[in-house]
Amino acid sequence: MSLKIENLSANIGDRQILKGLNLEVPKGQVHAIMGKNGSGKSTLAKVMAGHPDYEVTGGSVTLDGLNLFEMQEPDQRARAGLFVAFQYPMEIPGVTIANFIRAALQARLPEGEELDAVEYYEHLYKKMDALKIDRKFTSRAVNEGFSGGEKKRCEVLQMAMLNPVYAVLDETDSGLDIDALRIVSDGVNAMRSPERGFLVITHYQRLLDYIVPDVVHVMVDGRIVMSGDKNLAHKLEAQGYDWVEKEILATA
Amino acid sequence: MITLMEKPAAAPSAWPAWFQAEQSAALAEYEKLPVPVRKVESWRFANLKALDLSVFVDANPVASEGRLINASTGLKDTAAKLILGNNALLHRETGSLPKGVILETLESAAANHTELFKKYFMAQPVELGSRKYAALHKARVAGGAFLYVPANTNVELPIELFQWVEGANASVFPHTLIVCGENSRVTVVDYFKSADHLPALACGVNDLHLARGAKLTYISVQDWSRETTAFHLNSTIVDREATATALIANFGGAFIRGESLSRLVGEGSRSEMYSINPVEGTREIDQRTLQDHVAPNATSDLLYLNALDDKSRTIFAGLIKVQPGAAGTDAYQKVKNLILSDDADPNSMPGLEILNDEVRCSHGATNGPVSADELFYMEARGIPADKARRLIVNGFFNSLVERLENTPLRQHLENLLAARLAIG
Repeated sequence: MSLKIENLSANIGDRQILKGLNLEVPKGQVHAIMGKNGSGKSTLAKVMAGHPDYEVTGGSVTLDGLNLFEMQEPDQRARAGLFVAFQYPMEIPGVTIANFIRAALQARLPEGEELDAVEYYEHLYKKMDALKIDRKFTSRAVNEGFSGGEKKRCEVLQMAMLNPVYAVLDETDSGLDIDALRIVSDGVNAMRSPERGFLVITHYQRLLDYIVPDVVHVMVDGRIVMSGDKNLAHKLEAQGYDWVEKEILATA
Repeated sequence: MITLMEKPAAAPSAWPAWFQAEQSAALAEYEKLPVPVRKVESWRFANLKALDLSVFVDANPVASEGRLINASTGLKDTAAKLILGNNALLHRETGSLPKGVILETLESAAANHTELFKKYFMAQPVELGSRKYAALHKARVAGGAFLYVPANTNVELPIELFQWVEGANASVFPHTLIVCGENSRVTVVDYFKSADHLPALACGVNDLHLARGAKLTYISVQDWSRETTAFHLNSTIVDREATATALIANFGGAFIRGESLSRLVGEGSRSEMYSINPVEGTREIDQRTLQDHVAPNATSDLLYLNALDDKSRTIFAGLIKVQPGAAGTDAYQKVKNLILSDDADPNSMPGLEILNDEVRCSHGATNGPVSADELFYMEARGIPADKARRLIVNGFFNSLVERLENTPLRQHLENLLAARLAIG
């Protein structure tokens, strides 16, 4: 049981971003992807989510054996158990957080079955309290006028409510101060379970002090070029990425 | 068949004789005035086919009175309720109105409060193109609602008005006349509803008068059948330091012609003119507005939101007019068209006419589709595209509803909107 990415290639327009990427996150583990800006990290997250701007030119992604690319629409993939926390979450004017998450949960119920409103709010408030999100936020429009930290907390709130089997967190640490980073990380850590896998994409090692990964992968130019334990992240933080590129050239 | 042009033989009029004479004159004026043509600016882009009213007939008294009264449900708590059907009173509940507040039919008001009636009834000239239809309205108006709130009176709970039409090709002439005394406060919800899915004609007027320091929130929920031709002619007169908030939601109708005039006659007055228009199929909403700044230091804020699907059409023509004496005017006018279909046809003509230099005015119109990024974000949470699109449209309108005070009425409007857009 795993999130398995095999030989994945993808373009935006004529430009190839992902160039045969391989990665497997067994259920129950947290894997991190680190890489320089422009290495293709965010593209990987968006391709998995089904963003219409990207074209998959080869390879596959499977969730516990289920082929993600056989599901054309992003909503099908989400309902199959994939969650992507975005680096830049969209603002949706006039749609409240409560109604948004409710619609997302309702979409997961069989036809004709209605979400219990009282239970829903109890559940929502519990998760909000844990993430230190003011309950008043339920009636605010999704991400509208939110600070960077509030947006990221709102992403983690959605994840907590939607209970995915595999979660991809794209630069969830960007724009967070230390307090917010701790709150968000606690939220993620609380969801770690043998029944769930995480792929944490980050630019900085800092996040991985809070969400300690089982495996760290290094991404260069659309591929995973190196994998190791959490110490690899420390080494990248201390020494940068140049040595990785040299090492690849040496072994090429 | 009794056509509109003939006086109904049955049912003697409940109006006083002097008003019946005015009605005869109005009918003659209606007959005399030409049917509008497109080369007239105020009918530019209009669908003139909708102006053929020859199929419409006088409405019979409603057949399903009990059903309509039962279906006249809105807010849980109200101060009073008036229910009219086919130009006649069906039901009146005025139990918790403060002392001195008058809520009755126009016919009663003309008889019992003649001076008030004469002072305020259709007292404003019709300036936005529909003189002919205002004359028709006056010739045939019956029933109607008259609300008078005396000075320094606060009606805490909203008052609800229900104006129904029933029957094939029936014609109704709803009228809402609200007079707010100095420093009074009141909220009115005016529902326009069809008892069936049949074609009908509604030719209505609503006039809002606010004396110094008054505060009125007026919500019109127009939900005529999708086969209805309707004219709604609104005027709002705002005196010193008074605030009028009028929100017009057009949920129904095949062809809607709306004319809204707001005249700021007192210093420091404020008029908010809002409209919510979800349109689909071949429905058409033609709205003309005037923000007439007569007095200095007044504010008017107009925001009209249209969401157009299928082959629907909207026309918005608005004018901010700042009179020479209206220094310190703050006037805003904005129409936003959310385009949901390539075949939709939005027409926007915002306009300014400024005769004083010391003013702040802005006007504009935007057209845009549903944001692909917003749609993707919602889909990425598992919401199917169709539902996501409806939520985004709902949000588009809600961002206007959120300008109202957070009260049970606002929640009620949000619910009505969600139901209208089939958000479950």
